[in-house]
Amino acid sequence: MAQLTMIQAITNALDLELARDERVLLFGEDVGQSGGVFRATDGLQKKHGVHRVFDTPLAESGIAGLATGLAVQGFRPIAEIQFFGFVFEAMDEIAGQAARMRYRSGGRYSCPIVYRAPFGGGVKTPELHADSLEGILAQTPGIKVVVPSNPYDAKGLLISAIRDDDPVFFLEHMKLYRSFRQEVPDEAYTVPIGQAKVVREGKDVTLVTYGAMVHTAEKAAEEWAKTRGIQTEIIDLRTIRPIDIETIVNSVKKTHRAVVLQEAQRTAGVAAEVVAQINEQAIYYLEAPVLRIAPPDTVYPFAMIEDEWLPTPKRVLSGLEKVFSL
Amino acid sequence: MSAVAPTKPSTYLQVLDIEGNVVNPSLMPNLTDEQLRTLMHKMVFTRIWDQRAIKLTRQGRLGFYAPVGGQEASMIGSEAATEKEDFLFPSYRDIPQAVWHGWPLYQAFLYSRGHQHGGQFPEGVNVIMPQIIIGAQIVQTTGTALAFKLRQEKRVAFTYIGDGGTSQGDFYEGINFAGAYRVPAVFVVQNNQFAISVPVALQTAAETLANKAVAAGIPGIQVDGMDVLAVYSAMKQAVDRARAGEGPSLIETVTFRYGPHTMSGDDPTRYRTKELEQEWQQKDPLVRFRNFLQRKNLWAQADEERVIEEAKTAVNDALAKADAYQKMTIPGLIDSMFKTLPADLLAQRAEFDS
Repeated sequence: MAQLTMIQAITNALDLELARDERVLLFGEDVGQSGGVFRATDGLQKKHGVHRVFDTPLAESGIAGLATGLAVQGFRPIAEIQFFGFVFEAMDEIAGQAARMRYRSGGRYSCPIVYRAPFGGGVKTPELHADSLEGILAQTPGIKVVVPSNPYDAKGLLISAIRDDDPVFFLEHMKLYRSFRQEVPDEAYTVPIGQAKVVREGKDVTLVTYGAMVHTAEKAAEEWAKTRGIQTEIIDLRTIRPIDIETIVNSVKKTHRAVVLQEAQRTAGVAAEVVAQINEQAIYYLEAPVLRIAPPDTVYPFAMIEDEWLPTPKRVLSGLEKVFSL
Repeated sequence: MSAVAPTKPSTYLQVLDIEGNVVNPSLMPNLTDEQLRTLMHKMVFTRIWDQRAIKLTRQGRLGFYAPVGGQEASMIGSEAATEKEDFLFPSYRDIPQAVWHGWPLYQAFLYSRGHQHGGQFPEGVNVIMPQIIIGAQIVQTTGTALAFKLRQEKRVAFTYIGDGGTSQGDFYEGINFAGAYRVPAVFVVQNNQFAISVPVALQTAAETLANKAVAAGIPGIQVDGMDVLAVYSAMKQAVDRARAGEGPSLIETVTFRYGPHTMSGDDPTRYRTKELEQEWQQKDPLVRFRNFLQRKNLWAQADEERVIEEAKTAVNDALAKADAYQKMTIPGLIDSMFKTLPADLLAQRAEFDS
């Protein structure tokens, strides 16, 4: 056991899987000699060799296409997109190609690819670095989308993603990279993809969220319990495609109220899908409509106003307040 | 003169002239009489099958189809220079190469109709589904070629794109990555001079498409795409070069499609003159190569007739096999989405199970 930051847990997972399976390859812009712009791949090229961990030309579609071409020949590529905002360049290769490979070939070819990309607000990045575009991928049949919120889950989910026989998009929130440490086992372990986690138990309201918003939710819930004595149950989705609806529905049946919190704009992300699923499966248990807490539908904000745009614990509290006043 | 040296703009690499005379003996590929006859066999077969496919499409017995008449030398001459273990990334028009590389014809017909089994290539057939997104096959070919290089396999990845496709970002990215990693790949640009209705002059001001290789730092070569021996010769050198670890090449075959872009409503008379079509009819790859073979007593009318019959029978047999193939089901499609179905799809599958 060691106290690791999320980025150390990620490096550790990559290291273990590179050592375990020689079909695993790691590549992207600056991931080799330099060890990645966030040091996520630090030391891996030196340890595993330039044929396993290597730099690419600066072209996201080329990177993703390289992954497709390697995957159909039996490799297990981990392709890094330097910042998630650059995913548009590679959308055809991800959504139009790899995600469809098993289906369009009737199982003859498959794409066991992991795409890793940092994203997320709160660190004053320049344009198109922090955008939460996960909703676009979550709407793509054939791909799984994972968003860890802590070091333990990041390691276990990344190992699961690498071992998955189909494409997985693995999103790493930049603000969580080094914001706290957590006990992480030294050996390889897996956290199942498609399984949410109740990170705080409560009986009064269910708060469904993922990524950095898990921590915002925890702050709000703490405050709420202290000031009002209301117990919030927080569910960290961890995987946003497919969504673990069972865990959510079980919670809603207990609390009778639900709110979905996301960092993506109101009509982006996956909050609407969570609301729809609750409506379909648990409407008779609800005391109030399921509300969404999310930033407005603008382009991702300029750095200087980012902190006002992103949901704060205070905004979460007023969202929670609403489901009790309706 | 090396076939892989960058060519001067607007010069064709040619072995045969339009009468079938050898004009460039130094480029004459080293092929046995039997191999020469096989090339002709495949070209005649493909011409007949193309004519049948066009009719079958009109009858509603085939679905999506992109005619290939005119491009036989470009398609067959290039594929013939590869080995069975080499891996092909075809575009939507490159059905003949895929079939000659091992794709069963009935599966090509199922692909045309829109049946999943069409893309279920048998084990050992090194082909992937024809690519609809123009350019995607280029970056993927580079990835597969890198796989061969990393495994130190003596295999080559090869792919095709049209003249219009050279304007795509993925075209450039793919050839550029291939150059940077020096992978065993061959990229064939089949310049049939029109991308649907848009002439190549509207794609680029570059004098040749082969010269686009310069931007990736790889050899580019332009060949007469109506001359099967020139195409074979260029492709063979590029394939050999790739197999020897010397990196990728780009080959531009200058060719022409006699038919429409696809059978989905395109009308070439809206954008091509009769004169231009007649000019290219005179360059017909079959006429030229037939003359060449007949002069060497390697091809007779009886050979031609035998291949025509063989092609018609093969098409009928493939159609019958495609007709008899089991229908798709929604649960079957759901099952093919992932190796292990996630809970959401399992629930959706249950709705279709009854």
